[in-house]
Amino acid sequence: MIRVFSSADVLFIVMAVRWTLILSAIAFAGGALGGMAIALARTSQRKALRQFAAGFIQVFQGTPLLMQLFLVYFGLAVVGLPINPLLAAAVALTLHASAYLGEIWRGSIEAVPSGQTEAATALSLGYADRMRHVILPQAMRVATAPTVGFLVQLIKGTSLASIIGFTELTRAGQIVNNATFKPFLVFGTVAILYFALCWPLSLLARRMETRMRRAITR
Amino acid sequence: MYHFNFQPIFDNFDMLLHGAWLTVRLSLMAMVFGLIVSVLGAVAKTSGIRPLRWLVDLYVEVIRNTPFLIQIFFIFFGLPAIGIAMSPNTAALVALVVNVGAYGTEIIRAGIESIPQGQIEAGRALALSRVQILRHVVLKPALRNIYPALTSQFIYLMLTSSVVSVISANDLASAGADLNAKSFASFEVYLVLTVMYFLLAAGFSAVFAMIRRVAFSYPASR
Repeated sequence: MIRVFSSADVLFIVMAVRWTLILSAIAFAGGALGGMAIALARTSQRKALRQFAAGFIQVFQGTPLLMQLFLVYFGLAVVGLPINPLLAAAVALTLHASAYLGEIWRGSIEAVPSGQTEAATALSLGYADRMRHVILPQAMRVATAPTVGFLVQLIKGTSLASIIGFTELTRAGQIVNNATFKPFLVFGTVAILYFALCWPLSLLARRMETRMRRAITR
Repeated sequence: MYHFNFQPIFDNFDMLLHGAWLTVRLSLMAMVFGLIVSVLGAVAKTSGIRPLRWLVDLYVEVIRNTPFLIQIFFIFFGLPAIGIAMSPNTAALVALVVNVGAYGTEIIRAGIESIPQGQIEAGRALALSRVQILRHVVLKPALRNIYPALTSQFIYLMLTSSVVSVISANDLASAGADLNAKSFASFEVYLVLTVMYFLLAAGFSAVFAMIRRVAFSYPASR
Protein backbone atom coordinates (compact mmCIF):
# COMPACT_ATOMS: atom_id res chain seq x y z
CA MET A 1 0.00 0.00 0.00
CA ILE A 2 1.52 3.29 -1.08
CA ARG A 3 0.77 6.25 1.16
CA VAL A 4 1.74 9.91 0.91
CA PHE A 5 5.04 11.33 2.19
CA SER A 6 3.69 13.11 5.26
CA SER A 7 5.14 15.20 8.06
CA ALA A 8 5.09 12.07 10.23
CA ASP A 9 7.52 10.48 7.78
CA VAL A 10 9.78 13.52 7.89
CA LEU A 11 9.69 13.34 11.68
CA PHE A 12 10.55 9.63 11.58
CA ILE A 13 13.58 10.38 9.41
CA VAL A 14 14.68 13.33 11.53
CA MET A 15 14.39 11.24 14.71
CA ALA A 16 16.63 8.59 13.15
CA VAL A 17 19.43 11.16 13.13
CA ARG A 18 19.95 10.36 16.80
CA TRP A 19 21.00 6.78 15.94
CA THR A 20 23.46 8.10 13.40
CA LEU A 21 24.84 10.41 16.08
CA ILE A 22 24.94 7.69 18.76
CA LEU A 23 26.71 5.27 16.43
CA SER A 24 29.18 7.99 15.37
CA ALA A 25 29.83 8.89 19.00
CA ILE A 26 30.44 5.27 20.03
CA ALA A 27 32.77 4.68 17.07
CA PHE A 28 34.61 7.94 17.66
CA ALA A 29 35.09 7.29 21.38
CA GLY A 30 36.20 3.71 20.76
CA GLY A 31 38.30 4.81 17.82
CA ALA A 32 40.00 7.49 19.91
CA LEU A 33 41.11 4.88 22.47
CA GLY A 34 42.11 2.35 19.82
CA GLY A 35 43.69 5.02 17.65
CA MET A 36 45.83 6.30 20.51
CA ALA A 37 47.03 2.76 21.21
CA ILE A 38 47.79 2.22 17.51
CA ALA A 39 49.58 5.57 17.18
CA LEU A 40 51.74 4.88 20.25
CA ALA A 41 52.50 1.35 19.06
CA ARG A 42 53.34 2.66 15.59
CA THR A 43 55.88 5.13 17.03
CA SER A 44 57.18 2.75 19.70
CA GLN A 45 60.80 1.64 20.16
CA ARG A 46 59.76 -2.00 19.90
CA LYS A 47 59.80 -3.38 16.41
CA ALA A 48 57.07 -5.97 17.04
CA LEU A 49 54.64 -3.28 18.22
CA ARG A 50 55.47 -1.07 15.25
CA GLN A 51 54.88 -3.93 12.84
CA PHE A 52 51.60 -4.94 14.46
CA ALA A 53 50.30 -1.37 14.27
CA ALA A 54 51.45 -0.99 10.66
CA GLY A 55 49.69 -4.23 9.71
CA PHE A 56 46.50 -3.22 11.53
CA ILE A 57 46.41 0.12 9.70
CA GLN A 58 47.16 -1.50 6.36
CA VAL A 59 44.40 -4.07 6.71
CA PHE A 60 41.70 -1.60 7.74
CA GLN A 61 42.71 1.08 5.24
CA GLY A 62 43.14 -1.48 2.47
CA THR A 63 39.73 -3.15 2.69
CA PRO A 64 36.22 -1.73 2.20
CA LEU A 65 34.34 -0.61 5.31
CA LEU A 66 31.35 -2.56 3.95
CA MET A 67 33.35 -5.82 4.08
CA GLN A 68 34.56 -4.98 7.60
CA LEU A 69 30.92 -4.54 8.66
CA PHE A 70 29.86 -7.85 7.11
CA LEU A 71 32.83 -9.68 8.64
CA VAL A 72 32.08 -8.44 12.15
CA TYR A 73 28.35 -9.00 11.67
CA PHE A 74 28.79 -12.64 10.64
CA GLY A 75 31.82 -12.99 12.89
CA LEU A 76 29.61 -12.51 15.95
CA ALA A 77 27.96 -15.84 15.12
CA VAL A 78 31.39 -17.45 14.75
CA VAL A 79 32.36 -16.52 18.30
CA GLY A 80 28.92 -17.63 19.51
CA LEU A 81 27.28 -14.26 20.12
CA PRO A 82 23.74 -13.49 18.97
CA ILE A 83 23.60 -11.41 15.80
CA ASN A 84 23.07 -7.78 16.74
CA PRO A 85 23.33 -5.00 14.12
CA LEU A 86 24.13 -2.22 16.61
CA LEU A 87 26.91 -4.23 18.25
CA ALA A 88 28.34 -5.29 14.89
CA ALA A 89 28.25 -1.75 13.50
CA ALA A 90 29.78 -0.30 16.68
CA VAL A 91 32.62 -2.84 16.71
CA ALA A 92 33.39 -2.55 12.99
CA LEU A 93 33.30 1.25 12.96
CA THR A 94 35.45 1.36 16.11
CA LEU A 95 38.12 -0.81 14.49
CA HIS A 96 37.88 1.24 11.30
CA ALA A 97 38.22 4.52 13.22
CA SER A 98 41.12 3.12 15.28
CA ALA A 99 43.11 2.47 12.10
CA TYR A 100 42.42 5.87 10.53
CA LEU A 101 42.91 7.87 13.74
CA GLY A 102 45.99 5.80 14.54
CA GLU A 103 47.53 6.76 11.20
CA ILE A 104 46.57 10.45 11.57
CA TRP A 105 47.97 10.61 15.09
CA ARG A 106 51.15 8.73 14.17
CA GLY A 107 51.82 11.48 11.64
CA SER A 108 51.14 14.13 14.27
CA ILE A 109 53.47 12.50 16.78
CA GLU A 110 56.20 12.23 14.16
CA ALA A 111 55.68 15.89 13.25
CA VAL A 112 56.98 16.89 16.68
CA PRO A 113 60.72 17.59 16.18
CA SER A 114 62.96 14.82 17.56
CA GLY A 115 64.87 17.44 19.56
CA GLN A 116 61.83 17.59 21.83
CA THR A 117 62.17 13.90 22.67
CA GLU A 118 65.91 14.29 23.16
CA ALA A 119 65.47 17.31 25.43
CA ALA A 120 62.84 15.47 27.47
CA THR A 121 65.09 12.43 27.76
CA ALA A 122 67.98 14.68 28.81
CA LEU A 123 65.73 15.97 31.59
CA SER A 124 65.39 12.29 32.59
CA LEU A 125 61.68 12.12 31.84
CA GLY A 126 60.43 8.56 31.35
CA TYR A 127 58.33 7.44 28.37
CA ALA A 128 54.97 8.21 30.01
CA ASP A 129 55.95 11.67 31.23
CA ARG A 130 57.64 12.47 27.94
CA MET A 131 54.54 11.58 25.97
CA ARG A 132 52.08 13.18 28.35
CA HIS A 133 53.83 16.46 29.02
CA VAL A 134 56.05 17.04 25.99
CA ILE A 135 55.14 15.15 22.84
CA LEU A 136 51.35 14.66 22.86
CA PRO A 137 50.40 18.26 23.72
CA GLN A 138 52.42 19.45 20.73
CA ALA A 139 51.17 16.65 18.49
CA MET A 140 47.60 17.56 19.41
CA ARG A 141 47.91 20.93 17.70
CA VAL A 142 48.74 19.23 14.42
CA ALA A 143 46.15 16.49 14.92
CA THR A 144 42.93 18.44 15.58
CA ALA A 145 42.13 19.51 12.00
CA PRO A 146 42.54 16.10 10.33
CA THR A 147 40.75 14.46 13.28
CA VAL A 148 37.68 16.64 12.75
CA GLY A 149 37.99 15.88 9.03
CA PHE A 150 37.94 12.16 9.79
CA LEU A 151 34.86 12.61 11.96
CA VAL A 152 33.01 13.67 8.81
CA GLN A 153 34.18 10.51 7.07
CA LEU A 154 33.05 8.46 10.08
CA ILE A 155 29.55 9.99 10.16
CA LYS A 156 29.20 9.22 6.46
CA GLY A 157 30.51 5.73 7.12
CA THR A 158 27.76 5.00 9.65
CA SER A 159 25.30 5.02 6.72
CA LEU A 160 26.66 1.59 5.74
CA ALA A 161 25.31 0.19 9.02
CA SER A 162 21.92 0.34 7.29
CA ILE A 163 23.05 -2.50 5.02
CA ILE A 164 23.42 -4.90 7.95
CA GLY A 165 19.99 -3.80 9.14
CA PHE A 166 20.68 -1.16 11.78
CA THR A 167 18.00 1.55 11.65
CA GLU A 168 19.86 4.85 11.52
CA LEU A 169 19.27 7.77 9.18
CA THR A 170 19.82 5.94 5.88
CA ARG A 171 17.74 2.89 6.86
CA ALA A 172 14.94 5.19 8.10
CA GLY A 173 14.98 6.77 4.64
CA GLN A 174 14.75 3.36 3.00
CA ILE A 175 11.83 2.35 5.22
CA VAL A 176 9.91 5.54 4.43
CA ASN A 177 10.72 5.19 0.74
CA ASN A 178 9.41 1.63 0.67
CA ALA A 179 6.10 2.82 2.10
CA THR A 180 5.66 6.08 0.16
CA PHE A 181 7.70 5.47 -2.98
CA LYS A 182 8.92 9.06 -3.18
CA PRO A 183 12.66 8.34 -3.57
CA PHE A 184 13.56 11.80 -4.87
CA LEU A 185 12.02 13.53 -1.86
CA VAL A 186 12.99 10.93 0.72
CA PHE A 187 16.65 10.53 -0.22
CA GLY A 188 16.85 14.27 -0.86
CA THR A 189 15.70 14.85 2.72
CA VAL A 190 18.16 12.28 4.05
CA ALA A 191 20.98 13.87 2.05
CA ILE A 192 20.14 17.32 3.46
CA LEU A 193 20.24 15.92 7.00
CA TYR A 194 23.67 14.33 6.45
CA PHE A 195 24.84 17.58 4.91
CA ALA A 196 23.61 19.50 7.96
CA LEU A 197 25.63 17.18 10.20
CA CYS A 198 28.82 17.08 8.12
CA TRP A 199 29.18 20.49 6.53
CA PRO A 200 29.76 22.49 9.75
CA LEU A 201 32.43 19.97 10.75
CA SER A 202 34.08 20.25 7.34
CA LEU A 203 34.14 24.04 7.63
CA LEU A 204 35.55 23.78 11.15
CA ALA A 205 38.29 21.40 9.98
CA ARG A 206 39.23 23.71 7.14
CA ARG A 207 39.36 26.75 9.43
CA MET A 208 41.54 24.88 11.95
CA GLU A 209 43.88 23.84 9.16
CA THR A 210 44.34 27.36 7.81
CA ARG A 211 44.91 28.67 11.31
CA MET A 212 47.46 25.97 12.07
CA ARG A 213 49.30 26.50 8.80
CA ARG A 214 49.50 30.20 9.56
CA ALA A 215 50.86 29.44 13.04
CA ILE A 216 53.54 27.14 11.65
CA THR A 217 54.73 29.38 8.78
CA ARG A 218 54.78 32.43 11.01
CA MET B 1 31.19 -24.48 17.93
CA TYR B 2 31.28 -22.90 14.48
CA HIS B 3 32.28 -25.14 11.59
CA PHE B 4 34.22 -23.36 8.90
CA ASN B 5 33.26 -24.41 5.43
CA PHE B 6 35.32 -22.99 2.59
CA GLN B 7 34.35 -25.70 0.13
CA PRO B 8 31.55 -23.76 -1.67
CA ILE B 9 33.96 -20.86 -2.15
CA PHE B 10 36.61 -23.03 -3.77
CA ASP B 11 33.92 -24.67 -5.92
CA ASN B 12 32.65 -21.30 -7.15
CA PHE B 13 35.86 -19.35 -7.14
CA ASP B 14 35.45 -18.41 -10.82
CA MET B 15 32.35 -16.42 -9.77
CA LEU B 16 34.49 -14.34 -7.42
CA LEU B 17 37.29 -13.95 -9.94
CA HIS B 18 34.82 -12.66 -12.50
CA GLY B 19 33.45 -10.28 -9.84
CA ALA B 20 36.97 -9.05 -9.11
CA TRP B 21 37.51 -8.33 -12.80
CA LEU B 22 34.22 -6.36 -12.88
CA THR B 23 35.37 -4.33 -9.87
CA VAL B 24 38.70 -3.59 -11.56
CA ARG B 25 36.94 -2.55 -14.77
CA LEU B 26 34.35 -0.41 -12.96
CA SER B 27 37.07 1.28 -10.87
CA LEU B 28 39.30 1.96 -13.88
CA MET B 29 36.42 3.52 -15.81
CA ALA B 30 35.43 5.61 -12.79
CA MET B 31 39.05 6.74 -12.39
CA VAL B 32 39.34 7.86 -16.03
CA PHE B 33 35.99 9.65 -16.18
CA GLY B 34 36.48 10.93 -12.63
CA LEU B 35 39.83 12.42 -13.61
CA ILE B 36 38.19 14.24 -16.54
CA VAL B 37 35.47 15.63 -14.26
CA SER B 38 38.15 16.62 -11.73
CA VAL B 39 40.26 18.50 -14.26
CA LEU B 40 37.18 20.30 -15.61
CA GLY B 41 36.07 21.11 -12.07
CA ALA B 42 39.51 22.40 -11.08
CA VAL B 43 39.81 24.53 -14.22
CA ALA B 44 36.32 25.93 -13.64
CA LYS B 45 37.18 26.65 -10.03
CA THR B 46 40.40 28.48 -10.83
CA SER B 47 38.87 30.25 -13.84
CA GLY B 48 37.73 33.36 -12.01
CA ILE B 49 34.22 33.18 -13.48
CA ARG B 50 32.17 33.58 -10.34
CA PRO B 51 28.90 31.71 -11.04
CA LEU B 52 30.95 28.81 -12.39
CA ARG B 53 33.07 28.75 -9.25
CA TRP B 54 29.99 28.78 -7.02
CA LEU B 55 28.48 25.92 -8.98
CA VAL B 56 31.64 23.82 -8.60
CA ASP B 57 31.84 24.73 -4.90
CA LEU B 58 28.25 23.60 -4.41
CA TYR B 59 28.95 20.31 -6.21
CA VAL B 60 32.11 19.62 -4.23
CA GLU B 61 30.60 20.47 -0.84
CA VAL B 62 27.39 18.49 -1.39
CA ILE B 63 29.24 15.37 -2.50
CA ARG B 64 31.92 15.54 0.17
CA ASN B 65 29.41 16.01 2.98
CA THR B 66 26.92 13.26 2.14
CA PRO B 67 27.48 9.48 2.22
CA PHE B 68 28.18 7.64 -1.03
CA LEU B 69 25.34 5.26 -0.20
CA ILE B 70 22.83 8.13 -0.26
CA GLN B 71 24.32 9.47 -3.48
CA ILE B 72 23.87 6.14 -5.22
CA PHE B 73 20.32 5.73 -3.84
CA PHE B 74 19.50 9.21 -5.08
CA ILE B 75 20.90 8.54 -8.54
CA PHE B 76 19.42 5.07 -8.92
CA PHE B 77 16.04 5.46 -7.16
CA GLY B 78 15.55 9.24 -7.07
CA LEU B 79 16.48 10.39 -10.58
CA PRO B 80 13.93 8.18 -12.41
CA ALA B 81 11.26 10.33 -10.69
CA ILE B 82 12.42 13.25 -12.85
CA GLY B 83 12.79 11.09 -15.94
CA ILE B 84 16.43 9.98 -15.74
CA ALA B 85 16.43 6.19 -15.43
CA MET B 86 19.61 4.11 -15.58
CA SER B 87 20.49 0.44 -15.30
CA PRO B 88 22.17 -0.54 -12.01
CA ASN B 89 25.58 -0.80 -13.69
CA THR B 90 25.31 2.63 -15.33
CA ALA B 91 24.01 4.20 -12.13
CA ALA B 92 26.95 2.67 -10.26
CA LEU B 93 29.47 4.13 -12.69
CA VAL B 94 27.76 7.54 -12.69
CA ALA B 95 27.63 7.62 -8.89
CA LEU B 96 31.31 6.70 -8.60
CA VAL B 97 32.35 9.30 -11.19
CA VAL B 98 30.27 12.02 -9.52
CA ASN B 99 31.74 11.06 -6.16
CA VAL B 100 35.42 10.86 -7.10
CA GLY B 101 35.07 13.95 -9.30
CA ALA B 102 34.32 16.09 -6.25
CA TYR B 103 37.36 14.87 -4.31
CA GLY B 104 39.53 15.01 -7.42
CA THR B 105 38.50 18.60 -8.17
CA GLU B 106 39.90 19.72 -4.82
CA ILE B 107 43.10 17.68 -5.26
CA ILE B 108 43.82 19.00 -8.76
CA ARG B 109 42.98 22.56 -7.79
CA ALA B 110 45.55 22.29 -5.00
CA GLY B 111 48.06 20.95 -7.56
CA ILE B 112 47.54 23.85 -9.94
CA GLU B 113 47.83 26.34 -7.10
CA SER B 114 51.04 24.67 -5.88
CA ILE B 115 52.94 25.97 -8.93
CA PRO B 116 54.45 29.36 -8.04
CA GLN B 117 53.77 32.17 -10.50
CA GLY B 118 57.54 32.69 -10.73
CA GLN B 119 57.95 29.32 -12.45
CA ILE B 120 55.65 30.36 -15.26
CA GLU B 121 57.47 33.68 -15.59
CA ALA B 122 60.79 31.82 -15.66
CA GLY B 123 59.44 29.59 -18.41
CA ARG B 124 58.47 32.66 -20.40
CA ALA B 125 61.91 34.19 -19.84
CA LEU B 126 63.41 31.00 -21.32
CA ALA B 127 61.28 31.60 -24.42
CA LEU B 128 59.18 28.48 -23.89
CA SER B 129 55.94 28.45 -25.84
CA ARG B 130 52.56 28.57 -24.11
CA VAL B 131 51.99 24.84 -24.67
CA GLN B 132 55.49 23.98 -23.46
CA ILE B 133 54.91 26.00 -20.31
CA LEU B 134 51.55 24.36 -19.67
CA ARG B 135 52.98 20.90 -20.24
CA HIS B 136 56.42 21.04 -18.62
CA VAL B 137 56.16 23.87 -16.10
CA VAL B 138 52.59 23.61 -14.82
CA LEU B 139 50.97 20.23 -15.46
CA LYS B 140 53.81 17.79 -14.90
CA PRO B 141 55.10 19.26 -11.63
CA ALA B 142 51.49 19.81 -10.49
CA LEU B 143 50.67 16.20 -11.20
CA ARG B 144 53.77 15.06 -9.38
CA ASN B 145 52.86 17.14 -6.33
CA ILE B 146 49.37 15.67 -6.11
CA TYR B 147 50.15 12.17 -7.37
CA PRO B 148 50.13 10.52 -3.91
CA ALA B 149 46.85 12.22 -2.95
CA LEU B 150 45.24 11.40 -6.26
CA THR B 151 46.23 7.74 -6.32
CA SER B 152 45.20 7.11 -2.72
CA GLN B 153 41.86 8.69 -3.62
CA PHE B 154 41.64 6.24 -6.52
CA ILE B 155 42.33 3.27 -4.25
CA TYR B 156 39.71 4.57 -1.83
CA LEU B 157 37.33 4.76 -4.81
CA MET B 158 37.98 1.09 -5.61
CA LEU B 159 37.17 0.14 -2.01
CA THR B 160 34.07 2.35 -2.00
CA SER B 161 32.87 0.73 -5.21
CA SER B 162 31.88 -2.32 -3.12
CA VAL B 163 28.84 -0.28 -2.04
CA VAL B 164 27.37 -0.45 -5.58
CA SER B 165 26.37 -4.04 -4.77
CA VAL B 166 23.41 -2.63 -2.78
CA ILE B 167 21.67 -1.54 -5.99
CA SER B 168 22.63 -4.97 -7.42
CA ALA B 169 25.17 -3.59 -9.87
CA ASN B 170 27.68 -6.30 -10.82
CA ASP B 171 30.98 -6.28 -8.96
CA LEU B 172 33.06 -8.34 -6.55
CA ALA B 173 30.82 -7.60 -3.55
CA SER B 174 27.66 -8.58 -5.45
CA ALA B 175 29.34 -11.78 -6.68
CA GLY B 176 30.07 -12.47 -3.02
CA ALA B 177 26.46 -11.74 -2.06
CA ASP B 178 25.26 -14.21 -4.71
CA LEU B 179 27.65 -16.85 -3.45
CA ASN B 180 26.53 -16.16 0.11
CA ALA B 181 22.88 -16.64 -0.87
CA LYS B 182 23.82 -19.93 -2.52
CA SER B 183 26.12 -21.37 0.13
CA PHE B 184 25.10 -19.77 3.46
CA ALA B 185 28.80 -19.78 4.41
CA SER B 186 28.52 -16.06 5.19
CA PHE B 187 31.60 -15.49 7.31
CA GLU B 188 33.83 -17.52 5.01
CA VAL B 189 32.52 -15.71 1.91
CA TYR B 190 33.11 -12.27 3.37
CA LEU B 191 36.51 -13.26 4.72
CA VAL B 192 37.60 -14.31 1.23
CA LEU B 193 36.03 -11.15 -0.27
CA THR B 194 37.91 -8.96 2.19
CA VAL B 195 41.19 -10.67 1.33
CA MET B 196 40.46 -10.20 -2.38
CA TYR B 197 39.75 -6.48 -1.93
CA PHE B 198 42.97 -6.19 0.05
CA LEU B 199 44.91 -7.80 -2.79
CA LEU B 200 43.20 -5.55 -5.34
CA ALA B 201 44.17 -2.49 -3.30
CA ALA B 202 47.75 -3.75 -3.06
CA GLY B 203 47.79 -4.39 -6.81
CA PHE B 204 46.51 -0.91 -7.64
CA SER B 205 49.00 0.59 -5.24
CA ALA B 206 51.89 -1.33 -6.87
CA VAL B 207 50.83 -0.26 -10.37
CA PHE B 208 50.55 3.38 -9.26
CA ALA B 209 54.03 3.20 -7.73
CA MET B 210 55.40 1.80 -10.98
CA ILE B 211 53.78 4.55 -13.04
CA ARG B 212 55.24 7.06 -10.63
CA ARG B 213 58.76 5.71 -11.05
CA VAL B 214 58.48 5.86 -14.81
CA ALA B 215 56.72 9.20 -15.15
CA PHE B 216 58.16 11.29 -12.32
CA SER B 217 61.68 9.98 -11.83
CA TYR B 218 63.45 13.20 -12.79
CA PRO B 219 65.21 14.94 -9.90
CA ALA B 220 62.98 16.97 -7.65
CA SER B 221 63.85 20.49 -6.61
CA ARG B 222 62.88 19.93 -3.01
